[in-house]
Amino acid sequence: MNTQAQSESQALTDTSEGMSYLNRLPRRLVVLYLPLAIFVFVLLFPFYWMTITAIKPNAQLTDYNNYSPFWVVGPTLAHIRYLFFETSYPGWLVNTMYVAVASTVLSIAASVFAAYAIERIRFTGARPVGLLIFLAYLVPPSILFIPLAYIVFKFGIYDSKLALIFTYPTFLIPFCTWLLMGYFRSIPFELEESALVDGASRWQILTKIILPLAVPGLISAGIFAFTLSWNEFIYALTFIQSSENKTVPVGVLTELVRGDIFEWGALMAGALFGSLPVVILYSFFVDYYVSSMTGAVKE
Amino acid sequence: MSTMSIEKPRFSLSTLMQNGNMLALLFMLPAAVFLICFLTYPLGLGVWLGFTDTRIGREGIFIGLDNYQYLASDGVFWLSVFNTLLYTTVASAVKFALGLWLALILNEKLPFKSFFRAIILLPWVVPTVLSALAFWWIYDAQFSIVSWSLIQLGIIDSPINFLGTPNNARASVITANIWRGIPFVAISLLAGLQTIPQSLHEAASLDGATSWQRFRYVTLPMLTPIIAVVMTFSVLFTFTDFQLIYVLTKGGPVNATHLMATLSFQRAIPGGQLGEGAAIAVAMIPFLLAAIMFSFFGLQRRKWQQGGQD
Repeated sequence: MNTQAQSESQALTDTSEGMSYLNRLPRRLVVLYLPLAIFVFVLLFPFYWMTITAIKPNAQLTDYNNYSPFWVVGPTLAHIRYLFFETSYPGWLVNTMYVAVASTVLSIAASVFAAYAIERIRFTGARPVGLLIFLAYLVPPSILFIPLAYIVFKFGIYDSKLALIFTYPTFLIPFCTWLLMGYFRSIPFELEESALVDGASRWQILTKIILPLAVPGLISAGIFAFTLSWNEFIYALTFIQSSENKTVPVGVLTELVRGDIFEWGALMAGALFGSLPVVILYSFFVDYYVSSMTGAVKE
Repeated sequence: MSTMSIEKPRFSLSTLMQNGNMLALLFMLPAAVFLICFLTYPLGLGVWLGFTDTRIGREGIFIGLDNYQYLASDGVFWLSVFNTLLYTTVASAVKFALGLWLALILNEKLPFKSFFRAIILLPWVVPTVLSALAFWWIYDAQFSIVSWSLIQLGIIDSPINFLGTPNNARASVITANIWRGIPFVAISLLAGLQTIPQSLHEAASLDGATSWQRFRYVTLPMLTPIIAVVMTFSVLFTFTDFQLIYVLTKGGPVNATHLMATLSFQRAIPGGQLGEGAAIAVAMIPFLLAAIMFSFFGLQRRKWQQGGQD
């Protein structure tokens, strides 16, 4: 982490002189700003479209000739009101929040111990176990959902939130452990040695020295795990039947889409409010987010 | 509590290291229990189910390779294999090209750089199913905003049937996948670009290298290891994609966009044929291993040749 930050700042200061021939404005416009503008437009347009559809009155939704589709005259809250008061949507939001928080807490707790054991206790076989954890991260849910459905059924937790809370850690624990291993590695071993010499137990070292120093890592792992479980779809689709246990992605897709008449306004409002929690979380922790994403790739 | 009792004889470091194994076992236990119960065991069970005729609500019996023999003669299965390979190849290649381009742009000196970096990651943060719903609306056969804009610009005459014909549907789902994948590739590669010392570029330009040569002989070789990892992940996630297809087309029209993951779901859960679905899922594993090997070792070899360390 430190070396990365150093080299980043070094690279940043280095750029100051850098490639000055690119600095002529017309060329910069064509080579940099125009492509960047197109990228940003394309990447953000679906969100704009989602938002504007969510507040458009039904009359304007499909009448492109009389109303410009890119703007809205007299925005309405009707779709949002319908979503929150006449569907099970609020319940789905609560479910998703509950499942995401529970599985994140569970995974972080298990990962802290596992990462500490692999990285610092250095037991026999720690290296292969670390590698196995990484390989576990590469096992995709689309291969696991059928046998998992079978197991979940056998355990008697089918169609309950527990089914999701227990299965989400399958992809969260490998990821969090891998990320935390990297963070623990960056904490100087000398700190731990001197604590050992002073007679601290492993438990004390972990709670009083390692964890306080690894707070940024814990935040990164936590928000990332939360987002992954918030966004999870295939397990929730397979293991949940009843409407009151559904998560937002599954609920919106299976219950708001009905028949041939699509209520686009309500659908887009559902998509918008289902995205907001992660987007808000993301906006507060952008840097943690980027570091956990790139950290997982780099290690 | 139990950790305390294990820690008792701590008069020398060597005994502590010996006790370490016991302690480590204890520390590994929660993660290990979860991963064995819900990852290793299901993986094995999935392979086993592939050899049985299990249905929902009925225990299956061992039927050997029957599922695989049936799949081998099933045109829809082979179509899904073709679709998956097409989807993965095209989407990954375009994601890589555009992602690298965007990363190179963001690596330049720009105003509001961190702001741009933040908003560019948005498609990746938002739940796929929900952004796919937005794409569904954008791809609407009658009221697509893309069709409307193109008609207004006079480029086409009638609305495009985005999800209605096989090739249009394929192009549409691939586009949506690329849209969602670019941020991941771009931001990861950007992190790699920022570790390349600027002095190398300066030295190369002093020697008269053009910007293309600097890219080809400085940036690309330095970036290769991270490209390998990023693309391995990208290929892996694209190959096993499920959500986008499930929202946009559910495999249609006439199975033209069925991926192996969606076909496996359709046969296993609504169709009730758990055994057959599991066999399709298991059939994905060799492809996945091949893809991982290819992108990982194929790209990483250069780094070894240069005598770098991993």
